[in-house]
Amino acid sequence: MGILKKLFSRNSSREKAKKRLQLVLVHDRADISPALLEELRIELIGVINKYMEIDSDNIEMDLDRDDGSVALVANIPVLSIKRNQKNKKEK
Amino acid sequence: MESRVIVVTSGKGGVGKTTTSANLSVSLARAGYKVVAVDADIGLRNLDLVMGLENRVVYNFVDVIEGSCRLNQALVRDKRVENLFLLPAAQTRTKDAVNPSQMVALTEDLKKEFDFVIMDCPAGIEGGFQNAAAGADEGLIVTTPEISAVRDADRIIGMLESLQKSPNRLIINRVRPKMIKGGDMLEVEDVLDVLAVKLIGVVPEDPSVIRSTNSGEPLAFANDSPASKAFENIASRLTGVDVPFLDLENMNGSGFFTGFKKLFRFSR
Repeated sequence: MGILKKLFSRNSSREKAKKRLQLVLVHDRADISPALLEELRIELIGVINKYMEIDSDNIEMDLDRDDGSVALVANIPVLSIKRNQKNKKEK
Repeated sequence: MESRVIVVTSGKGGVGKTTTSANLSVSLARAGYKVVAVDADIGLRNLDLVMGLENRVVYNFVDVIEGSCRLNQALVRDKRVENLFLLPAAQTRTKDAVNPSQMVALTEDLKKEFDFVIMDCPAGIEGGFQNAAAGADEGLIVTTPEISAVRDADRIIGMLESLQKSPNRLIINRVRPKMIKGGDMLEVEDVLDVLAVKLIGVVPEDPSVIRSTNSGEPLAFANDSPASKAFENIASRLTGVDVPFLDLENMNGSGFFTGFKKLFRFSR
């Protein structure tokens, strides 16, 4: 019964409700506006761009919940590392 | 005992604040405490109707604050149980007829007379909430197992905390065990997972709530329905009695059961 129920409820509306609720509460509590998040994203791209070539069209960045605390999760595809840049600085 | 002022609030409208306020007030009075239920919803008065006292309202608490009458002229005594009173809201005024410091003064006066002051708060987070919460020591947050209600409850909990109310405890109202079994309703433990408060009670969806409102007889006057039992238990827990949570629907190994085991732990 337990297994059946789990299988049955994997995509239940209850699960969906909980996931959506958790996500919306992360944003509510953090009180970060989408505009602020966008600003952060652009600045982050700028910084990372100094060291790596990144695929800035495919960056995923959002707030997430991590065991009761809020995490900023970013997935940034790296195309290549700019080694020259670093060497120059060292010289 | 030292008197306690409890604000019953939710953020979202229609989740059962007034029903909860009425039934907890009746239960506490039946348990021997001297109780006043204050309708803090100026302009949208309803606690008088739910309690069945609408024909006996003469003055309201705005009259008291403005000095048009004395406090005990505005108090409506409930004849069905000893020590239960209603302090009605003004119906033809707006929320800004009073301010939080006037509400604090009013509740201080009520505390001299009553063991429990139950404030039925209006929906929303603006002036009406601020007024109702101003004089309160502690909070009861009413929600239903719906995402919109839980989200608003989260907001209200944050506001109660910043107003330094304590303890703030949660009532989950209109729980439908059958829908939970089918995986179509948030479980008690789901709601507790996302909200950072302790649980004080779970009230099942119960048609007798509507019947009792229709007739103006709060359920808590008769202990024969699941919801009335649930409200009575919440009243007992408020007074510090450790009552086990209700066995709704016998819980045949459903997720509901685990929810209840968990919430029992939470309630300590």
